[in-house]
Amino acid sequence: MKIVVCIKQVPARDSLLRIDESAGWIQEADLSYEINEPDAYALEEGLQLKEKHSGEVVVLCLGPARAAQTIREALAKGADRAIHIEEEDVANFDPLASAKLLAAALKAEKPDLVLTGLQSDDLGYGQTGVIVAQLLGLPHATIIMQVEKTDGGIKVKRELEDGWFQHVEMPLPALLTIQSGINKLRYATLMGIKKAKSKEVKRVESAELGVAKTESSIEAARVYLPGRTKQTQLFEGDAKDVAAKLVEKLKFEARVL
Amino acid sequence: MSILAILEQRGGAWNRMSFETLAAAQQFGAELGQPASAAVVGQGVGALASELATKQLAKVYAVGHDLLKDYTPDGYAAALQQLIGQAKPEVVLFPHTYQVRDFAPKLATALDRVLVSDVVSHHVDGGKLVLVRQLFQGKINVDVRLKGQAPWFASLQAGAWRADQVQAGSSKVETFAPQLSSADIRTKPLELFREAQRAVDLTAADIIVSVGRGIKEAENIEIVQKLADALGAELAASRPICDAGWLPMERQVGSSGQTVAPKMYMAVGISGAIQHLVGMKGSKTIVAINKDPNAPIFEVADYGIVGDLFQVVPALVEEVRKAKG
Repeated sequence: MKIVVCIKQVPARDSLLRIDESAGWIQEADLSYEINEPDAYALEEGLQLKEKHSGEVVVLCLGPARAAQTIREALAKGADRAIHIEEEDVANFDPLASAKLLAAALKAEKPDLVLTGLQSDDLGYGQTGVIVAQLLGLPHATIIMQVEKTDGGIKVKRELEDGWFQHVEMPLPALLTIQSGINKLRYATLMGIKKAKSKEVKRVESAELGVAKTESSIEAARVYLPGRTKQTQLFEGDAKDVAAKLVEKLKFEARVL
Repeated sequence: MSILAILEQRGGAWNRMSFETLAAAQQFGAELGQPASAAVVGQGVGALASELATKQLAKVYAVGHDLLKDYTPDGYAAALQQLIGQAKPEVVLFPHTYQVRDFAPKLATALDRVLVSDVVSHHVDGGKLVLVRQLFQGKINVDVRLKGQAPWFASLQAGAWRADQVQAGSSKVETFAPQLSSADIRTKPLELFREAQRAVDLTAADIIVSVGRGIKEAENIEIVQKLADALGAELAASRPICDAGWLPMERQVGSSGQTVAPKMYMAVGISGAIQHLVGMKGSKTIVAINKDPNAPIFEVADYGIVGDLFQVVPALVEEVRKAKG
């Protein structure tokens, strides 16, 4: 089975985010980056499927030069090769614009299965996978917690709300968006890290993909910190002092102790 | 030109978020001076459409077909693309459900539009609609403006509009029969099911202490267990803790876990992504302990401690024990 996993590099989870001066995006200079978490689960699922059914795992990443580090880590975990669509200005991309580039790169690969995380931890549109499927004319299913190969294709377990699930069958080729927690993530081994150095990373300028630039139907006009909806009493300082203050409030004001 | 709300049902029962979307459609319509209509999709949706006809709407579309009995993204996207072609709405609204996440981006893409997903609020600026959505798991907001030609698409976050504000009225039901063929539907949905019965009923707890990613390692959960014990509370967790297997899935609070509303909910090292907030924001008193002062959990908290949980929690255990004598 030939599997392509679309991954994204995002700011590390515990980053303290600051808005840039133009209120157009965040200050990126002092951030560290990592693989988008649901994409890490998608990669792991791809690797496990390959181990079971043999084939190839290709990593596809749209991102600036710094994303090379995240791609290298995916190769160290066991992906066979990678395609890096280099684009410095990804912050201003909407999911349709990103998906058009990914779809153009995927077309040439002709995979049996495309996997991606169900959403990104930065923009959080939760749509890129579905859009790619539509652009490539593939059937899809989202928020997947299990993938099984069947005679005619695959059977997947979709997560629904409130603890419900549903099995869905579909032919291949297909696209799935993977939910966090579907599997147990592996660490890269020393051997894996060593091997990754000689694996192929094909760099493609986004302009080379021949995707016509069309005007987006939306525009991110301004980013800002959300206001508080509730009056929160905030305590800061010495742990013992703040603990004592909180307990007093809980006992005499909220009366929950 | 109009606003069109696409509402969700399964097996003849409404998804409760549908009426939030209906309320939003009426509000948008009033503010933009446009009529609002609603559509319900499925097989045999006449009764649901009649119920909608008792609301203040320009029109109700009953979109029915045998191939829409069970949800599939192919069937829904094709049917709604045809409806939109006929009704020509300016703004199409959906509840941001798991099902909408599955098909609405496909529908929008088929019309070369971008779905503005998971919208939390809106305002009208110079007669134009501005939609607000969240970035970075709720840490930052963005104002989204609509450009180019209609239609535009948006899905609305659970709880962001109030279902009890739907205005009553009367409107006509129009039946819409899309052209669908079974060959167009490539996925085969099977039965819905739930996993084994939950052994832990968090909804019965008066006090819940919930732990998140800030705890860093499985071994550290014990620190928070001690706090739960001191408070006589049930221990719960956000999704990543259960994904990692540090606590069983049945202790998960959030959109894919349990929805709770205890007297007190104490969130320890939980940043407060929307998937978690929807499961606990109805709690009577909410306490948050987090090192990041901008963590979205503080937006719903009554009391907050900004600090290192590894110092704060042991101090809190001591103070709680003292207070309880």
